[in-house]
Amino acid sequence: MSEHIIELQDVTKYYDDNLVIDHVSFYVKKGEFITFLGPSGCGKTTTLRMIAGFDLPTSGKILLNGQDISLLPPNKRPVNTVFQRYALFPHLNVFENIAFGLKCKRVVNTYRNAKGEEYTKKERLSKKEIAEKVKKALELVDLEGFEKRAVSTLSGGQQQRVAIARAIVNEPEILLLDEPLGALDLKMRKEMQLELKEMHRRLGITFIYVTHDQEEALTMSDTIVVMADGVVQQIGTPKGIYDEPANTFVADFIGESNIFNGTVVANRKVRFCGKTFDCVDDFGENELVDVVVRPEDFEICPPEQGIVHGKVISVVFKGIHYEITVQVGKFEVIVQSTQKREEGEEIGLKVDAENIHLMKPRYTTNVFDGVITKHNTVEFADGEFECDVTRLYPGSHLDEEEYLITAEGEKIDLTGVEVKVEVGLNDISISDDAEAGGTMGHIISIIYKGDHYRLIVRTDESEEDFVFATDDLWNENDYVSVIIPKDKIKLTLKHTEEKKR
Amino acid sequence: MKMPRFSRKTLCIPYAVFLLFFVVIPMFVILFYAFTDREMHFSFMNFVRFFSDPTKLSTIVYSLVIALITTVVCILVAYPVAYILARSKMKKKFVILMLFVTPMWINFVLRVNAIRELFNWIGILGEANYFNTVFGMVYDFLPFMILPLYTTLQKIDVSLYEASADLGGNAFTAFTRITLPLSMPGIISGVTMVFLPSMTNYVVSDMLGNSKVTIIGKFIYEYFGTDWHMGSMVALVLLIVVFVSSLLSGGFKSEENVRGANL
Repeated sequence: MSEHIIELQDVTKYYDDNLVIDHVSFYVKKGEFITFLGPSGCGKTTTLRMIAGFDLPTSGKILLNGQDISLLPPNKRPVNTVFQRYALFPHLNVFENIAFGLKCKRVVNTYRNAKGEEYTKKERLSKKEIAEKVKKALELVDLEGFEKRAVSTLSGGQQQRVAIARAIVNEPEILLLDEPLGALDLKMRKEMQLELKEMHRRLGITFIYVTHDQEEALTMSDTIVVMADGVVQQIGTPKGIYDEPANTFVADFIGESNIFNGTVVANRKVRFCGKTFDCVDDFGENELVDVVVRPEDFEICPPEQGIVHGKVISVVFKGIHYEITVQVGKFEVIVQSTQKREEGEEIGLKVDAENIHLMKPRYTTNVFDGVITKHNTVEFADGEFECDVTRLYPGSHLDEEEYLITAEGEKIDLTGVEVKVEVGLNDISISDDAEAGGTMGHIISIIYKGDHYRLIVRTDESEEDFVFATDDLWNENDYVSVIIPKDKIKLTLKHTEEKKR
Repeated sequence: MKMPRFSRKTLCIPYAVFLLFFVVIPMFVILFYAFTDREMHFSFMNFVRFFSDPTKLSTIVYSLVIALITTVVCILVAYPVAYILARSKMKKKFVILMLFVTPMWINFVLRVNAIRELFNWIGILGEANYFNTVFGMVYDFLPFMILPLYTTLQKIDVSLYEASADLGGNAFTAFTRITLPLSMPGIISGVTMVFLPSMTNYVVSDMLGNSKVTIIGKFIYEYFGTDWHMGSMVALVLLIVVFVSSLLSGGFKSEENVRGANL
């Protein structure tokens, strides 16, 4: 147990009624550099704040060295934080800022009285001790001689260093860093990344780092925790996560990926892009899978030698490689290569079996809880859709008053009946026109799958997600209305007992 | 022929005229009267008379003490209110803030009269003149303390409190080392707006102190009925007292964080 300095056990956190952390469990090993990575709003900062003690979990436990600290106030925890916007005390100079924690500290000293009995006293650190520690901390962040400066006169990078010094001077067991480099420009950020890594090596304490920058996470971390929607998607080493993403979200978020819909045609054979490829992942025959291939894993060869071949439609120079888009049949494939290719050139593509990653699709269908209205429509996901209620009872029909008559001739009032609504991934379309569909929502995710996009639209009120495929290009955050044809809404009764008339 | 150029400086003219006629010239008039006798001859007589008269000196001291107590009570009452309001996440907190501030919209003589009636009804009018005076002053000037305090307290970034807790500070540390120093501009501004008026606002002391409490403002008012020369001298002394107390409270520091302190 002592190896796990922090352990989260089934932690859930609600802000008012919003679920921000959903049953998260993981542990942090002593001395490692761990990064919480995810898009904004994924719960990474909330997780960090719960470890720091600024937010308390709604349920679940946080253990520090095996002891429950879930409800301990921040000033009683042996952790220190580098805040996103530094949170330096504006009325104190650099020295006073760094010394703040030291002045709060009480150390237990042992003395011997005249009779030779030992006794202990809780004492403040002496001025000399504080001055020495501050000096050392300033040396560590390369700010010697800045003691007397007002924090408002420092540049962003210098303030950043003061914030780090202020935290590490207290010799915490864990240093928490909440997107500390977010406010710095690119060059400075790169420098600080290396410096932080070096600092971690020298201090030997545990670093917990929060960022939305996947490159930063890959560069610095020993372990990465990828989060989305308050759920841990994958935990692993940078290489492990990059090479073997657990799902299409991770594949799309970390590095660049080609993501295709595929079908397993035989043992270790998968069909996508209209061709069959060898692969190493075991899936059942005829199973639908998401296929992920990194752009650099494609090998360019003469057209006749490739498993697939296609025409180069664009070439972009990216510094160390070219990013080449190849049209293979109706699919677009992105390839990275150090060799330059000409637009319009016909090339073949190969890929090694171990570089084809198969994963279970996260979404196979859309399921909602719905209620039939008195107009024989169905209400779900903050909207109302037309549907065919006669499907609930085989052989039934509607009479002229819109009551349902079953095959046996029974008359049923369906108003208020709860149903399970199922809609296929290819049966949804969206529109800019608010009147066109049954409900409205924002596009929260777009993933390109070679020949189409997979979109997720989330409704505002109940936060229901619609997952579907479309050929059209939309933008994330577009506010759209969701259209589902009447005959594509599959209804099943939730309870066999329904109101009868 | 060249048109006179209209520059931004031209916009200052109305205020410059106002300043000249209603601030600068009156100052010289007061200075002139303070150091002349009834025959308009230069004289230090008023000065000597003022500082050799124990009643006048004790009035100054009383005024200072009343103003000081009023200010301290205002701070003690206003600080917790402003602090709680500034830190609360309540959506409707402006309503509560309004409740504290609306008395300012009601005529001040009316308010003081209302308190006088209340005291009369309870039966303490004329019984505890100094207490009644201070009570009236506090009632009158409280909003001027709450508002600047609320404004500065609200500006304090919540992450500073988090940083303080993170570095091992308890609630007391957070208050003494963060809240208090960072709200200093608000305190100074509030003190300036409460301390100075309560030395001169003799309407309150007259009505609630049952005309038994004389503060320096009352003095000036009375002298200008009979003896402008002595009145000017008292006004001049008050000016110096105010100036010195402003210096002491740091109200003239030209730093941005004490903005609004010299109202």
